Parts: sequence; structure tokens; C-alpha cells
Amino acid sequence: MLKGKLSGKRKAYITAMRTAMLVSTVLTAALVLFLVIYVLIKGIPNISWELISTKPSYLSDKIGILPDIMNTVYIVLATLVIVLPLGAGAAVYLTEYAKNKKLVGMIEYAAETLSGIPSIIYGLVGMLFFCQFLNMETSLLAGALTLVIMNLPTVMRTTQESLKTVPQSYRDGAFGLGAGKWRVIRTVVLPGCVDGIITGCILSVGRILGESAALLFTAGFAHALNGIIDGLTSPGATLTVALYVYAKEQGEFGVAFAIAAILMILTLLINLSATLVGRYFAKRRNV
Amino acid sequence: MKKNRLFENIIHGIFLILGLITIGCVLLITVYLVISGIPAIREIGIIDFLFGKKWASTAEEPAFGILPFILTSVYGTAGAIVIGVPIGFMTAVYLSKAAHPKVRTVIEAAVNLLAGIPSVVYGLVGMLVLVPGIRKLFNIPDGASLFAAIIVLAIMILPSIIKVSITALDAVPKEYEDASLALGATPTETFFRVSVPTAKSGIAAAVVLGVGRAIGEAMAVMMVSGNVPNMPSLFQSVRFLTTAVASEMAYSSGLQQQALFSIALVLFLFIMLINAALNFFLKGNKEG
Amino acid sequence: MSDIMTAKELCLWYGSSQALKNVSISIPEKSITALIGPSGCGKSTFLKTLNRMNDLIPEVKITGEVSYKGVNIFDSSVDVCELRREVGMVFQKPNPFPMSIYDNIAYGPRTHGVKSKAKLDEIVERALRDAAIWDEVKDRLKKNALGLSGGQQQRLCIARALAAEPQVLLMDEPTSALDPISTSRIEELALQLKEKYTIIIVTHNMQQAVRISDNTAFFLLGELVEFGETEKLFSQPKEKRTEDYITGRFG
Repeated sequence: MLKGKLSGKRKAYITAMRTAMLVSTVLTAALVLFLVIYVLIKGIPNISWELISTKPSYLSDKIGILPDIMNTVYIVLATLVIVLPLGAGAAVYLTEYAKNKKLVGMIEYAAETLSGIPSIIYGLVGMLFFCQFLNMETSLLAGALTLVIMNLPTVMRTTQESLKTVPQSYRDGAFGLGAGKWRVIRTVVLPGCVDGIITGCILSVGRILGESAALLFTAGFAHALNGIIDGLTSPGATLTVALYVYAKEQGEFGVAFAIAAILMILTLLINLSATLVGRYFAKRRNV
Repeated sequence: MKKNRLFENIIHGIFLILGLITIGCVLLITVYLVISGIPAIREIGIIDFLFGKKWASTAEEPAFGILPFILTSVYGTAGAIVIGVPIGFMTAVYLSKAAHPKVRTVIEAAVNLLAGIPSVVYGLVGMLVLVPGIRKLFNIPDGASLFAAIIVLAIMILPSIIKVSITALDAVPKEYEDASLALGATPTETFFRVSVPTAKSGIAAAVVLGVGRAIGEAMAVMMVSGNVPNMPSLFQSVRFLTTAVASEMAYSSGLQQQALFSIALVLFLFIMLINAALNFFLKGNKEG
Repeated sequence: MSDIMTAKELCLWYGSSQALKNVSISIPEKSITALIGPSGCGKSTFLKTLNRMNDLIPEVKITGEVSYKGVNIFDSSVDVCELRREVGMVFQKPNPFPMSIYDNIAYGPRTHGVKSKAKLDEIVERALRDAAIWDEVKDRLKKNALGLSGGQQQRLCIARALAAEPQVLLMDEPTSALDPISTSRIEELALQLKEKYTIIIVTHNMQQAVRISDNTAFFLLGELVEFGETEKLFSQPKEKRTEDYITGRFG
């Protein structure tokens, strides 16, 4: 009597569901594999020393992406320098100072709202506020400030999460020794959120590298080679924006794929480091 | 002592300001969009603006009807959801419940990579693989179409759908699944009849998040959709709300530019609606 | 009375640690068998082997034999779903699905292919009546089961198990999460149920074993130390270790 096998209907249902799960998963995996391999195969042969070490010249009709690389570096640095203290500070306020539940709720809701706003809207408001109202013109700095707003929720959230893992007893211990609030934060709380800040930093770098819509109207698409000070105050394309311009406006697909391959490799590295850092911190916390 | 107190208060004040920055940013964005978005709507008339079928911003007698953009965004998002959600959902169930831990780690890393790839890279691959592919497959003059955009969007929302669904499915108490197995259900039946219904608000949140991602995407869509302000049709060039803003902003002025701000305002309202829905589902999840 | 389940030289390992050592036991039909012993003695593991819930744990190795109505349940031709339908289970913590009371009870029959509304209604009512909870829930069958009290939830879980029409009901410390009043209702229920079903119950509570069981098995460190009529085992244990345990010298 135990040997009555599953009825045909049940068997069909199970087979259908299992097949759907497997097909979907294989499809997802195949998609990623295809994208990575396709972009690398089309892009890497187009990467040359000349391409990444020169600026474009109309005279010799050559394209170089060094300015775009430098712009990307500048904008990443400028954004991080501003967003890390702001985001971490907001997180410290939420976990250490804020007592009013309503205010905390509002701040968290605001952060959620920010992370849901599409980048094209950031670009537009960035253009109106930073470029026009604050008179920064189209510049890398205006772009960086726009990206600061975009990445604020990310840094805030990762810092908050790491602050939650600082045991209350540490704070109580420090307070018990008569330390003032700021001293407790500086000596006990802030060291505990370093991992959150680093994680937020990595995630932000990934988003900044990938961002384009928010930068089109704030940072512009110039290919001039500048130092960091001049660079921040003048317009410039990052790698993603340059990719868009070369592919869509100029039909230079070779260069576009070279940039795509560089971006793909950077994305791989960022994901890898996020995973490794996450594992490292998880291990350290468990010990 | 008094000096100390003052110092602590100053520090407190600084952190308070930092905490309030997010609220300030949301207000800034809202205020700017409303202030800059209203004038054009007033001038054009809200009915003509929202339901006008013709967009000809640079014509001699300009027309500013954004119904084509609204419908394109809605259809495009719906299409992406119809294709992306089943695939993402099934992948999530497999990874959360059925997959070997090693398989899960590898595929999750792949999904994270998918989330990290810049949208212009999707656009580029779409332009050179998808668009010509669609042209040949369906034998139409230009493959840059709503259909191409739908496919790209479906791929781009996969990571959000998969990751949020996995989180919800992982949180299903094992006791529920054990009870189902003990009643003689097979593991697969248990996943779909007990685990999935239990995680349903989390999965709904994943879908809403996907909707938000799809409706807000600009660059990738711009590169594959042809960017002509037609009323939406699957194999025609179309323009989305996002791409309408992006494609004309650089050279616009006057009423045309103001109308672009109004489009952004409409898009923003859509997003706020989606955020409210998302909040609703996530809250429901915590209570249930 | 004939025996419905029999274990022969059953051994079970979790990885390299042995949780059951040569357990041989015969469970008589339509009676209550209590499994007692200190924590980690293997009684729960043994219980879960009877409906092969241990299959779900990776790295479990089993030797020996368990037969249900003469069929070895580890035989490759046995369908584990069918086994679990015949040998139902109630867990330590009440675990109703987060669905309506009706859907909870109907889950088993639906899984096994019952579609007709009338048939399901009938099964649901009978199961709830058998589990002595019908009067409390008949007006709110469509309400979420999580709204019930802990004791009601546990009786609902018993009803859910009964709806699959099992022959044997395994109970894994079903009252350990409940208050005394709920506990006594479950005990009464168990006594009623043994007229139709065979019940095997793991319990930490020796009074409970005395109150409700016909036979008791005492486990220690994975071994079945002693098995016999409850009254005899508690009044005249044959083994020194049993005596030490039931007189409270360890455990």
C-alpha cells in the first residue's frame, strides 16, 4: 500500500515546476555568461595603450579615452569624499542620537524614497540646482554633488547595519566610565562602523562607475584632459557617458566596446571585493 | 562642565543636521520638480498635456501631448514585468529552496554581477545584438523598438526581483515546510504551496521594485528603442517618459524645456506611487 | 493486538556521530506508545525516522529496517509521500500554515488529489471534530489560523494531520510549548484518538507518559534501554538505568 506511486497529475505538476525553475535559473546564468563573454571578446581587442593613454584629437582623427578615465577618477573621489561623512553621520544620528521615533521614521522613509528615484530625475534636479541655481555650470563637481545625493541612502544603510552590530554593552561600558557622548561615539561607535562605511564605499563606487543619466546634464560630455582642480570645475564625460556618446552619437562601436570591457572588468572587481570584504567582516564579527 | 555641555550640544546639532540631509534632499527634489514642472502644464493645459497624442516640440506649431510617452512607459514596464517576473521568481525559488549551496553561491554572484553592469553596457549590447536580431527575426525595417526595450528592461529588473524574492523566501520558517512534508507533500509542492504563499508580500515587493526600476531606466532604453514619439506599438520606434527628458534636454529652451520638466514631474509622481506601494508590501511583510 | 510498526536493529548516524544504536521495537496498533528519555537520547530522532523526516537532513546514514504493516519503509519502491500520508506527524511547536483554518486542514487532502468542494468540506469538518476543536472554530473557518491561541493551534495541527487520513500519528513533544489547560485537552484528545489511530508520542514529561500511554520506551544515549507496558515500566523497571531515570536520579 505504500507503493502507490504519485498520481499522474501530481507528477506532471512537479515536473512542470521543476522544469520551470531549472530553465529560469539556467537562462539567468546563461544571460550573465553571454553578456560578460560577449563584451570582453568584442572589447578587449580594441583596448590599446594608445587608447587609454591619449586624448582624442580631431587633427589626427584618433580617439583616446584618458580624459574620460581621469574624469571618472575625479568624480569618484569627489563623490566619496563628500558622501561618506554625510552618510555615516546620518547613520550615527539615527542609531545614537535620535529619540523621536517619528523623525527616525521620516528620515528612513526619505532615504527609501531617494533610492527609488530614477537617475534621470537626479540629473534634471542636479542641473537645475547645482548648475543653474548655485551657478556651478556644467561641471564634474556638479555631477559629483548630484551623485552624492544618489548614494547617500546606500552609505547610510550600510553604516546603520554595521552600527547595529556594535553591542550596547560597549556603549554602556564607556558611559559607565564617565565618558561623554561624543567620546563614546568617537572611541567605541565609529570604529565599529568602519566595515559599514567600507561596504558603502564599494557599493557607491560601483554605482558611480555605472551612472550615466544623472551625469549627462550635470557633468556634460567634454573630453578635455585636466588636473583634478581644473577638472572638477570644468565639464567632462565619465567612462559611461563617453561610451554612450561614442556608441549613440558617433557610431564608434570599437571604442564603445573597449570602454564597455573596461567597465565590465571594473564591475567584476567591485563585486569580487564586496564579497571578499563582506566575508572578511562576517568572519571577524563571529570570532 | 558647562563648556563640556555646550560642546556636546554642538556635536549633537551637527549630527542632527546630517540626519536631516536626506529629508532635505527629498524636499529639494520635490520642490524643484513641482515648481519647474507646473508652468508648462498650466500653459499647455493639463488635459492636452497628459492626454494629447502628439508630441512635436520643435515644430512650427508645437504640440506637447505626452500620452505616447506615458503609454510607452506603462506598456514597456508591463512587458518587462510579464517576461522578467516569472523568470526571476522561478530562479529565486530554485536558489532559495532547491539548489545545492555551491550552485546558489555561484548563481547569486552572477545575479549580483547582472545588477552591477552599467545600463549603457546593456544599451550597447542591445544596440548591436538585440536590435539587428529583432530586425531579422521579425523582418521589420528597424529593430529599435518597444519590443527591444522590453527585453532589455526585463533583463535589467531580474536582479532586483531575484534578490528581494530570495530574501523573502529565505525568511519562511522551516516549521511550515516540515509540516507540509510530513503531510505527504513533495518538496516541490511544498515550495509552491506553502513557502511561496508565506513569502507572498515579500515577492510582491520584489515585483513593485522591478516596476520602479523599469519605469525609471533611461539610458539603456534610449539606445534600443529608436526614440521616436509614436504611440506605442510593439515593433515601432517609441519614446519613454525617461528618454523624452533625456533626448531633448541638451538643446531645449523655453516652453519646450519647461514641458520636459513637466514630464519629469509626471515620472516622479509615478515613482512616488510605486514607493508607497512598496512600503505597503514591506510593512505587510513585517506584520504577517 | 497486532503490531503496526516494527524497527529491527535500526542504527542512524548524523555524519560520524551515531544517534541510534540497534533499536528494535514493535509498536502495537491502536494504542499510545510513549518515548521517554533525557534530551539528546535519540527519542525524537527515532520518531522522525518512522516517517522518514530524517531524509531531509544531509549526511544522515541509516542501517537496519523499519517496517510499516510489513513493508520496509526504506525500500526503494516505497513512496515517501504515501508513507507520510499514512504516518502523520504533529510537531513540538504548533506550526499551522499562515492561511485560513479551512485551507490548513484541506492542505493534506488537496495535496493528495481531493478537489471536490463537498468532499473537502466533509473532510475538514470530520478532522476538526476528531481533534475536538470544531465547536471553537466552525464560525471562523475562513479566518487566518495564526489568530488562534497556542493550544488551539496545536489541536488544529492535529486536525490537519488527521485530515490526511493516517493510520499512525507521531507526536513530537506536542505539549511542551503549551500551558497546563491546553496540555490536558491535548492529552484527553490523544486518549480519544487511540480508538482509531496508533499514537507514538515523545515526551519529556513522565507524568504525561503515565497518564496517557499504554506502552513506554525508554531511550538513553541512542539505545532503547527498556520497552514495556507503561504501568510495569514505571512500577517495576527491569533495568537499573530506567529506575535511575524515572526516580529522577539523572536527566
